[in-house]
Amino acid sequence: MASNTIKLRATEADGMVTVKALITHPMELGTRKDAKTGELIPAHFIQEINVAHAGADVVKGDWSGGVSKDPYLSVRFAGKKGDEVKVSWKDNKGDTDSVAAQVS
Amino acid sequence: MSISTKRRIFLKGSLAAGAVGAAVGAGLLSPREVLAAWPEEAFKSKEINVALKTLLGADAAEASADIEVKAPDIAENGAVVPITVETKLKGIESITLLAAKNPVPLVANFGMGKTADGFVSTRIKMGATGDVIAIVKAGGKLFSAKKEVKVTIGGCGG
Repeated sequence: MASNTIKLRATEADGMVTVKALITHPMELGTRKDAKTGELIPAHFIQEINVAHAGADVVKGDWSGGVSKDPYLSVRFAGKKGDEVKVSWKDNKGDTDSVAAQVS
Repeated sequence: MSISTKRRIFLKGSLAAGAVGAAVGAGLLSPREVLAAWPEEAFKSKEINVALKTLLGADAAEASADIEVKAPDIAENGAVVPITVETKLKGIESITLLAAKNPVPLVANFGMGKTADGFVSTRIKMGATGDVIAIVKAGGKLFSAKKEVKVTIGGCGG
């Protein structure tokens, strides 16, 4: 399991929580070739990303390698300060990471 | 298609189903995870309408003024194109992002919970100048909006 790959910030304004997540991940499509060896670089990208609020999934994303390297995701939902927000991902190699933060 | 090839496909299909069944039985996968699996077929499709049909069950989307796709007019670096989709539509079930000219147009699909606002912001890769399409499923119907992004390959700033 990967660790420390997600930077997460959740802030509340007017009853809406804005979540911003920045993830460190190569997001390799699997169609690019190595410039030196000419061999294909194997696909390695996040397939599933989840944003949960107070224990329930709010946004569930399915991604392709078409999402940029070191992906950024921002979503919004109804909530309040002090609520727990959790972001987790799973890539095509089965690697995972998750992080939780309190809404401020 | 000849009978023998059909039979082969049928055998393959039943073998695959058997393997999944065994995995469920062995407790490797919970049934929920199997159902919520990453939609591989849709992400392999090179045609937008096929991808949408596979993913959302329909490919006819009504153009909607209630969806806003925010993206730069010109992206100097096609590897990182910031995209924001915002919509005021009610009863949103999902927001889907496609880049029309990409080898595989489907970039991302977001299932939206009941408390989620109609807002998604991320960064995508674009292979060439073309439309960024957002498909919003709301109240069981599909709505769409798009924006053209010019991609300057090589980053020469033109």
